[in-house]
Amino acid sequence: MIPERLVNWIVFAGLLAVPLWAIVVDEPFTITLVTRAVILAIAAVGLNIALGIGGLVSLGHAVFFGLGGYAMGILAYHAQTYTSLDLFGLSLAGTKSMPIIWLVAVVMSALAAWIIGLLSLRTSGVYFIMITLAFGQMFYYFAISWSTYGGEDGLSIYVRNGFPGLNTLVPIQFFGLCFALLCIVLFLNARLQNAPFGLALNAARQVPTRVETVGLNPMRLKLVAFVISGAITGLAGALFADLNRFVSPTMFSWQLSGELIVLIIIGGVGRLYGPVVGACLFVALEHWLGALTEFWHVYLGLILLAIVLFARGGIIGLLTGKEGAHV
Amino acid sequence: MSEPILATRNLRKSFGALTATDDVSIDLYAGEIHAIIGPNGAGKSTLIAQICGGLRPDAGSVHLLGREVTQDSTQARARAGLGRTFQISALAMEDSVLENVVLGALGASGNPWRFWSRALSDASLTAKAEAALERVGLIEHRHTRCAELSHGQRRQLEVAVALTLTPKAFVMDEPMAGLGAEGSKLLTAFLDQLRAEAPILLVEHDMDAVFALADRISVLVYGQVIATGTVDEIRQSHAVREAYLGEEA
Repeated sequence: MIPERLVNWIVFAGLLAVPLWAIVVDEPFTITLVTRAVILAIAAVGLNIALGIGGLVSLGHAVFFGLGGYAMGILAYHAQTYTSLDLFGLSLAGTKSMPIIWLVAVVMSALAAWIIGLLSLRTSGVYFIMITLAFGQMFYYFAISWSTYGGEDGLSIYVRNGFPGLNTLVPIQFFGLCFALLCIVLFLNARLQNAPFGLALNAARQVPTRVETVGLNPMRLKLVAFVISGAITGLAGALFADLNRFVSPTMFSWQLSGELIVLIIIGGVGRLYGPVVGACLFVALEHWLGALTEFWHVYLGLILLAIVLFARGGIIGLLTGKEGAHV
Repeated sequence: MSEPILATRNLRKSFGALTATDDVSIDLYAGEIHAIIGPNGAGKSTLIAQICGGLRPDAGSVHLLGREVTQDSTQARARAGLGRTFQISALAMEDSVLENVVLGALGASGNPWRFWSRALSDASLTAKAEAALERVGLIEHRHTRCAELSHGQRRQLEVAVALTLTPKAFVMDEPMAGLGAEGSKLLTAFLDQLRAEAPILLVEHDMDAVFALADRISVLVYGQVIATGTVDEIRQSHAVREAYLGEEA
C-alpha cells in the first residue's frame, strides 16, 4: 500500500506536469482538457465537504455550479453589451474582472446554499436527496425560461474575462489560475477537515445523537458545511463558464449533480484528493472513450460499479488501503 | 432533603394506546446512584429519552438543577450539565478513541466554530480528553480506531466521553450491558467513585451491579413506578417481588 500523502503528491505533480508537457509538444487542447479536470475537481472538492465529511448526499449541487456560471454569464454579458444590470432599483454595471465575478459567484452560491440547507436539512436520507434534487430542477427550469439571459440557448461570452497581470486567453495562464484556486481550496479543505469544526462535522455524519449529547447541534454543523461546500462549487461554476465562454441551463441539470457525486465516489469519498482523482479520470474517459463511442458513459458506469462493489474507498482507497467515509 | 439535581415530575408519554411512561416522578440527589430497574418494555428507554431530550413528554416536566428543561433540546440539556451514555454505543467508529473523546471536550468548550487550527493539536481539548481516557483506563488505546475496540472498551469510551463534559448529573443506560464479569466489576468500582462527583441515574439489568451500587432503586413496571426505596426496601417489597423479581428472589 502506498501512503496517502505520496499518492496526493503524485496526483498534484501529474496535474502540473501534463500541461507543462503540453506546452513543450505544443498541444494547447490538452491544457484546456486538464483545466476542465481542475475546475471539475474544485466543484467536487466543494461537494466532498458536504458529502464526504458531513454525509450530505446532495443531488442539487448543480444549483451552485449553475449560479456561479450565471454570475459570470450575467456580469460579463452586461459588460460586453455595455448595458446596465438593474437590480432592486439599483443600476449596476457589468464586469469582465474575474476576482469580482468570483466574489459574486461565491456570495450568491453561499446564500443559496444557506437557504436550501435551512429547508432541506430538516430532512435526512432519501428525503434530503429528493429535496436537493427538487431545488436543482427548480433552478434548471427557471434558467430555461429566463429569456433575458438566453433561456434554453444559454449565453455566449465572446472574450474570456480578465485577471490582473495575466492574459487569461493563453491556455496555460488560465490553467495556472484555476490550478492555484484548486490548491487554495484543497488547502482550506485539509485545514477544515482536521480543525475542531471538521472533527465535529465528521462525528455528526457518523453519530448525530452523540454530537447532540455533547451539547453540539449537528444540524447547524451540517448547514455551515453545506454553505462552505456550495460556495466552493459556485466558484468552480464561474471558472467553468469562463473556460467554455458559455453558460446554459445544463449547468443546473441534475445529471451534473450526479456526475459530481460519481466522480467523488470513483476518487474516494471523504478523501482529500478523491475528487481530484475522480475529476481527472472522468475528463480522461470523456475525452478518449468519448472519441471512440458516444456511449462512453456505459464504461464509466462499469468503473463505478466495480468501485462500489470492490473498492469502497475509491481509487485513493485502492492505492492507500484506506476506507472511504461511510455515508 | 436538599433540592434534587435531576427530577422528573409526572412524566407521561403514550404511543397510540400504549402508555410507555405513566406519571413518572423520580428524583436524583447529589452524591447518589439512583437505579431504575424494570422488565423489558417497562418504559425505561422512553423515560431516558424524555429526560435527555430525545422525546417530548405528553405531560409532566423534567428539571435539572432546579430549572425546568422539558422543552429544551438534547444539546441544551447537555450544555446545562446532563451527561449521558447510551445502551448501544453511539461512537464515531471511523475515528480514533482520542477523536471521540476530543469531541466531548469540544462540546464542553461550546465552540466548534474553529476552521483552521488542528483539533488534535489543541492542548486544552486533548488534555481534557486524555484525562478522561486515563480515568477509564483507555489511555493506551488513544490512537486505536474506535471500530477496533472490544465491546467492553467501547462501554468505557462511552463513559469517558461523558466525563469530558464534567456533568452535573449522569444518565447511564445499561452501562454494564455485554460486559463480562471482570469488566462489570471494574465499571462498578468506577461508578462507585464517580457518584461523589455527580449523581448517577442508572438504568441497568445487571442486578448484582444495581444492588452493589444503588443508594435508591425505582422499579418501573408497565410505565409506572411501583416502588422507590433503598436496596433493602426494594428487596423486601412484596409488590416488587411479585411484579419483577419473581417470588423466588
